Amino acid sequence: MASMRDIKRRKSSIQSTQQITKAMKLVSTVKLQRARQNAEKSEDYFHAMYSTVQSILGRTGSLEHRYLKPGEGGKKAVIVITSNRGLAGGYNSNVVKLITRGELKDEDLSIYAIGKKGKEALQKNYEIKADYSYVIEEPAYADAMAISKEVLSAFEKGEISEIYLAYTGFKNTVVHVPTLVKLLPVEVSEEASEKAGEAAKEAEDDNRAPMNFEPEDEEALDMIIPKYVTSLIYGGMIEAVASENGARMQAMDSATSNAEDMISSLSLLYNRARQGSITQELTEIIAGANAIS
Amino acid sequence: MADNQLFTLKIITPDRVFYEGEASMVEFNTTEGEIGVYKMHVPTTVIVSPGVLTITEAEGQKHAALHAGFVEILPEKVTILAEIIEWPEEIDLDRADRAKERAEERLRSKTPETDILRAETALQRALARIQVLK
Repeated sequence: MASMRDIKRRKSSIQSTQQITKAMKLVSTVKLQRARQNAEKSEDYFHAMYSTVQSILGRTGSLEHRYLKPGEGGKKAVIVITSNRGLAGGYNSNVVKLITRGELKDEDLSIYAIGKKGKEALQKNYEIKADYSYVIEEPAYADAMAISKEVLSAFEKGEISEIYLAYTGFKNTVVHVPTLVKLLPVEVSEEASEKAGEAAKEAEDDNRAPMNFEPEDEEALDMIIPKYVTSLIYGGMIEAVASENGARMQAMDSATSNAEDMISSLSLLYNRARQGSITQELTEIIAGANAIS
Repeated sequence: MADNQLFTLKIITPDRVFYEGEASMVEFNTTEGEIGVYKMHVPTTVIVSPGVLTITEAEGQKHAALHAGFVEILPEKVTILAEIIEWPEEIDLDRADRAKERAEERLRSKTPETDILRAETALQRALARIQVLK
């Protein structure tokens, strides 16, 4: 049995760890709430953006457009959104796994890293094209604009043929889904093209005019798709921040309760040791007294 | 009749709902030129160019500087997806003035490295900001 002093020392060290994890949990709870509000506030914009883009593409699906077909040759680019700090459970490694174990694992990738942890994990096997880790602390739309401008220009130059975004989607406080989406070439979902067809038909039936575009479809796409990509990147960052704090909150919560368990079993051990030593002392004294008399 | 001339106007940006209400007319600058939209407009999607946005409500007019985004116009509803938009009170006039001078300077002393497109948009933005404040 370990000595009383050892047990006591270990217990107090766990106690101070527990204080830290408790504080971290509280901090990430507050941050999570803020991040969640941000995510909710921007939801409207993304829904409107998504439905507009899908409806344009639904009607003009067969259009020959540079953003709608994969570039020739070149690498595939992945924008990887992780956190700058650890201690968030499986949050970062789950995003990294999307790339190292997923359908893209054998490809020649160039990584646009947002978040230090993802960059550190991927730099051994892949080329890190750019590092935007600082933006994840406080994601702003202007940051997303700068990033999308850079990837789009690489796409136009033919340096990269496809662009993916890897991030953690935020479903609710406890459910976070690592997600890999293709940004470019833009894919039209079948559902959307059917819907657009139906909408056009409905409009005809009601004698309503179908949607016009000024400038023409193709030019409009030229301008709308970069905005679409930007909004997806921004949405990814915001959701990732919410998920990061959610994941950290969960991790710290279970760390705190693990510490609790350890402390209670150590207390038991300590008390047993204390009782043992008292009993032993008594036996010794009594034995000594008996020997004298 | 006055009630019937109002349509729903919604302006959303990536981080907030900028404006939501009933308006009788909204004017802004597009890539094809300045337009004004009344109720029962033909369904149209247009791309925004930097300029002044004017909302005519029942009680009067509101102005804002609209810099980038696109607009979905439906007969009863107009949705502006704005990437960048500001109310007059959010604009820093000194900064806009400086930006205007900088952009003009860049356009005047053209060198092969000058990004003319960028300078022009910067100039347009600065002008829109200054105009809104007047």
